[in-house]
Amino acid sequence: MSRLYLARNPRVAARSLDGEMMIMSGRDSTLFTLNKTATIIWQAADGATPLDQIVEQQICKEFEVEATAALEDAESLARELASHEILQISEDPIPQRNRLAGDTR
Amino acid sequence: MTLLAEMTARAQALNIPLSVQLDLTYRCNERCVHCYLDHEDHGEMTTAEIKHLLDEMAEAGVFILTLSGGEIFLRKDFFEILEYARQLMFCVKLKTNAVLIREREAQRIRDLHVESIQISIYSHRPEVHDAITLIPGSLKRSLDAIRFLKSQGLRVIIANVLMTHNAQDFHGVRALGDELGVECTLDPTITPMMDGDRSVLNLGIDQDALRKVFRDPELIGDVDEFCAIAAPAGENELESTPCSAGHTTCYVSPYGDVYPCVQFPLPTGNVRKQRFIDIWRYSDQMNDVRSIRLKDLSTCTQCSHVSNCTRCPGLAFMEGNMRGPSSQDCEKSFARTGIPSANMIAKKRGGANLVQIRTLPALAGATA
Repeated sequence: MSRLYLARNPRVAARSLDGEMMIMSGRDSTLFTLNKTATIIWQAADGATPLDQIVEQQICKEFEVEATAALEDAESLARELASHEILQISEDPIPQRNRLAGDTR
Repeated sequence: MTLLAEMTARAQALNIPLSVQLDLTYRCNERCVHCYLDHEDHGEMTTAEIKHLLDEMAEAGVFILTLSGGEIFLRKDFFEILEYARQLMFCVKLKTNAVLIREREAQRIRDLHVESIQISIYSHRPEVHDAITLIPGSLKRSLDAIRFLKSQGLRVIIANVLMTHNAQDFHGVRALGDELGVECTLDPTITPMMDGDRSVLNLGIDQDALRKVFRDPELIGDVDEFCAIAAPAGENELESTPCSAGHTTCYVSPYGDVYPCVQFPLPTGNVRKQRFIDIWRYSDQMNDVRSIRLKDLSTCTQCSHVSNCTRCPGLAFMEGNMRGPSSQDCEKSFARTGIPSANMIAKKRGGANLVQIRTLPALAGATA
């Protein structure tokens, strides 16, 4: 199975409120809140860490869940967040350096 | 309850400043007749100071950041500040007259994913708009900018302040907004100068004009509902807070002064001397504002409008008492319902008493 890499979409606005992420879509200003699992995935979405590693090292430890089932759920969640343009997903690492600044050149 | 309202309620319970307006400068390239600002530069924060403040605000939990002025594009470092704010993932809104926005600026704003750009347009007629801004050609420049911004797919909001000069033009501005594909807001509130000078209030529209605005279904929707007399305030309402100033929102001036709101010039601290979060949490003045409940309002609790009045505590503060009434909002409640507010009745009674004292025979004898 191929690995999935996630990156935060630079178009969104985001802030943590009492441990949960509040995210405003850059597409249509729709506001979302992420539950604890989705918040962990969002915060770990650095473009370089594959999702299976995020699940194994963070989600399984935090929630004491079995890795295979947790990865399936996490993938489905990541794809849903990507459909709202909150996350970007790719089978290759996603470069992060100066992504916002790069846009403006 | 919308998700934003839910988040705001949570932020208030956690004492988090969810939304901040930061004025980057008071300098301006227009000279609007109703403006409440002194346009001289008395020592604006540097780029480094503003970036440091943005770091502190992000850490404090600020989510919505409104960059305003003065005219924000007069700061040479404006895009550096905006880019930094977006790197910190603020939801950024801009307030501008847009005179300096051309195609290139519009593209950069798009690339930095700004949530919305609010632009002041006072009339669809150049002779009226330009007579308010005191800059010939300013309407054309602002409208050109709106077109540039719209061509980049950005959300633009026209803000129209209603005053004697443009009282007849709000339908024209709305039609212009429809033609440009942008939202329009209309505000009949004129704010006193920050130094307390109230002469600018003479520009406010009169009761007749206000009544027409409040009975215009195109503007306010269901007139009967909007103009309905409020039900008496229940215990829960009397325990509620008057507005978001100091609860989930605040304002920072170009000099680093922190106030509960842009329309509430009560100094609470300065970010050049203290951390933003310390001012927000521990300032005596901020906590005083925060302590006010509807039941604490001196005159308003006796008023039939108390449960649905738009009373602004900042305007009340500028009248001399932040727990007192705001006369401009009394006028609005009166225009909506035809029922004078407790403040208006008290003032009238006060006037009548003065006349009566002069006619009392005993007093007349005493002064003879």
